[in-house]
Amino acid sequence: MAKKTFNRRKFIIRSGVGLGVLFGVGLLGRGPLRRMLAQTAEETILPFDNKFDAYLWFEIKPDNQIILRSPKVEMGQGIFTALAQIAAEELEVDWETITVVHANTAQGPIDFVSTGGSLSITGLYEPLRALAATMREMLKVNAAELMGVSVNALSVKNGEIVGGGKKMTYGEVAEKASNWDFKIDQPTLKSKSQFKFIGKALPRIDLVAKVKGEPIFGIDGSFPDMLYGSVLRPPVVGAKFISATPGKAAQMPGVIKVVIEKDFIGVVAESRVQAEDAKHQVDVKWQMPEKLLQQADVDALIKVGAGNDVVIQTEGSVALTGENVFIREYFTPMGAHGHIEPNGASAHYQNGKVTVKLSTQVANLTRKEVANALNIKEDDVDVQPQYLGGGFGRRLETPHAVEAALLSKAVGKPVHVFFERTEEFQNGILRPPSHNVLKAKLTKDGNIESIEHHTASSDVAFDSSLISVFLKPMSNDVAKAVVGADFGAWRGGMIQYKAIPNYKTVAWHAELPFKTSWWRGLGLLSNTFAIESFMDELAHETKQDPLAFRLKHLADNEKGKLLKSVLKAAAQQAEWDKPLPAGKARGIACSIDVGTPVAQIAEVEIKDGKIKVNKVICAIDPGLIINPDGVKAQTEGAIIMGMSASMFEEITIKDGKMQPNTFGYYQMAFIRDAPEIEVVLLSSGENPRGMGEPPIGPIGAAIANAVFQLTGKRLNRIPLKLEG
Amino acid sequence: MKIEFTLNGTPQSVDVPENMPLLWVVRDVLNLKGTKFGCGKAMCGACTLHIDGDAVRSCSYSAQYAQGKNITTIEGLAPEGSLHPVQQAWIDEVVPQCGYCQPGFMMAVANLLDKIPNPSDEDIDDNITNLCRCGTYYRMRKAIHRAAALKNNL
Repeated sequence: MAKKTFNRRKFIIRSGVGLGVLFGVGLLGRGPLRRMLAQTAEETILPFDNKFDAYLWFEIKPDNQIILRSPKVEMGQGIFTALAQIAAEELEVDWETITVVHANTAQGPIDFVSTGGSLSITGLYEPLRALAATMREMLKVNAAELMGVSVNALSVKNGEIVGGGKKMTYGEVAEKASNWDFKIDQPTLKSKSQFKFIGKALPRIDLVAKVKGEPIFGIDGSFPDMLYGSVLRPPVVGAKFISATPGKAAQMPGVIKVVIEKDFIGVVAESRVQAEDAKHQVDVKWQMPEKLLQQADVDALIKVGAGNDVVIQTEGSVALTGENVFIREYFTPMGAHGHIEPNGASAHYQNGKVTVKLSTQVANLTRKEVANALNIKEDDVDVQPQYLGGGFGRRLETPHAVEAALLSKAVGKPVHVFFERTEEFQNGILRPPSHNVLKAKLTKDGNIESIEHHTASSDVAFDSSLISVFLKPMSNDVAKAVVGADFGAWRGGMIQYKAIPNYKTVAWHAELPFKTSWWRGLGLLSNTFAIESFMDELAHETKQDPLAFRLKHLADNEKGKLLKSVLKAAAQQAEWDKPLPAGKARGIACSIDVGTPVAQIAEVEIKDGKIKVNKVICAIDPGLIINPDGVKAQTEGAIIMGMSASMFEEITIKDGKMQPNTFGYYQMAFIRDAPEIEVVLLSSGENPRGMGEPPIGPIGAAIANAVFQLTGKRLNRIPLKLEG
Repeated sequence: MKIEFTLNGTPQSVDVPENMPLLWVVRDVLNLKGTKFGCGKAMCGACTLHIDGDAVRSCSYSAQYAQGKNITTIEGLAPEGSLHPVQQAWIDEVVPQCGYCQPGFMMAVANLLDKIPNPSDEDIDDNITNLCRCGTYYRMRKAIHRAAALKNNL
């Protein structure tokens, strides 16, 4: 397609909420800003500012194949498949003629935020259809000229433009057309009833490549004559690099160069094992912390009552004195993302420009960081995102891109680096621990009169480079001071039972001396575990059915209605009214996140003294569904990941070291642990809501509640264990 | 050191450091990227390939022991242009999400079916100990049974 003849400015489609909306927030002051952030986290109004130029997104090949360049990365969530389905509708092509590839930053389109927060479909559903429709109309205008037929006489079907007894394919038009310099008004989009691809359970478009083991992942990226790098990282939390000399490393076999800079030590060698071996022979001086960090230090910091507190939700006047007052507390530990593809990157620096291939959820930030580190312009950095071997929030930080670029510049050849798995645990990013305290006062007839939720955790959004995007133009420090509580950490922490007249939520925040950040759902898993375990305790304390107890405390506001409908759907599917045979029991829990309500019922038994989850029934309502099978896959995956995190996973710290620091010892679910899963899909409303994270919310509480039902033992600490 | 072996039916000769794990020989030296690195400690199984008919975690298998062996990776699991029943079943059940761990799983499952043509759920639990973080296990179990049926009906 003759791209150079496009006039970019003429084809910009206005869409979405621009970053400009957020640019002004610095002037608003504390109160409004907090409310806006609360709303942002609650209602999903996140900034999305792509270049909406049709030609950046679509390329039409002479054989009528269409390339869609996605600024959102494919990390398993099925975004490429969904985007092809969405685009095919307005392009009027068979969806199989669309190939989706990752957009690189040199060409665009660029996502100025991230792939995350369950926002890709909600952010692109309308804009991508508008883009596709614009592309189609532009093709029609050109076809009219080439065919000598009026535009109004043309119709399109299956990638062909027909009219006046003539016919051209999109590919023919794109190849021959020379004039793209005209204005297109935003076309009217199809209504729901006209959809041919949206709403169908079409197979993932990356299925075959993935079962064949094709080299599509970040860590598979390579360049000719590539060398292998290895980076020395601090051995314990708080250790600081002082100085280094190459030592024996320089003479080790295969070593090309030992690179020592201000705060960076790396080795480049002909092979990976040689680089790894040599890095341990570098003479390096670390300044060790005065006192090595212990788990007790972490526990003392992450505690309701410690650090800063901010009231994030309040209604009525909470009173917690007298009879029928219940107070409970809940804990979750530090956790790992457990992405199977370690973070790695290949970079090729030459003539002041660098190309980087990697798995990233933030191509734009990766580009910025590489440009800053190498002191070159962002335009001279081409970040080429590849398929992600799991994201889960871990690819929102990409220091390895900088490492690969620095090493490539140092040796003048392409270099590949990656995090050893032990480094992923020790020097990567963890899910912060949490402590929740819930208090409630009930009336004599078993209704909650007042409820108060205190949620304590550490950095989720605050320690992230993404916060500069959310809170521009404030620095991280200013943002923290203004906002007070970390909105990532308290996600899922607000009381949704709005039939309760008096409720209040307080978020406590303390900083830890190591990096914690985004993990699928952020605070959703821990906060839902606390609230939904507490609701269950209150139901049992007052001898009420846990389902009925939830239903009567939900109001008839929008979220309340959504939650009631998924609770009822799950209960019906599970036959909640019919008890399970002896030795088995069910537990129920629900949550609402990024607009999507989820209810889960876990069925458990005790096998060899351990909890076994046999089955999980999940009802979910993500609004308009692009691909029902994709929604089911995300739901199944979130349930299994959340079950694994709830039952097995825990990191503690001893003498400044994360324990454990390998797979296996960091126990994650195997196939033997996976339950049978039944997903009930509801679809209310006209637009899609978030999908990737919401179903991770209720699972921990649903399991704990089932264990209580079965054993009478209340487990208030994740990972859930019967012993101890 | 110089090592000779057969990889996906083709004789190979490489000169590599003797402590190099077979995984890096396959990925970095011979440029077949389908076999993945996950943990480097034989814990996750992402690097599973076949050596003389056994499933092996190649991140912890020193290349020197590959001398004279017959090695198959995901790229050679089925003849060019065709799919192994395990791959077909994986497509039918739409198993992969991110897909990174899947080659290791498929290699482990293909080997399980060679040894136990009709594995029970318990056989699967005992033998398939790879890790998948996207949580595709529920579909995977169905795909394993389907693959067994496909293979037995060939």
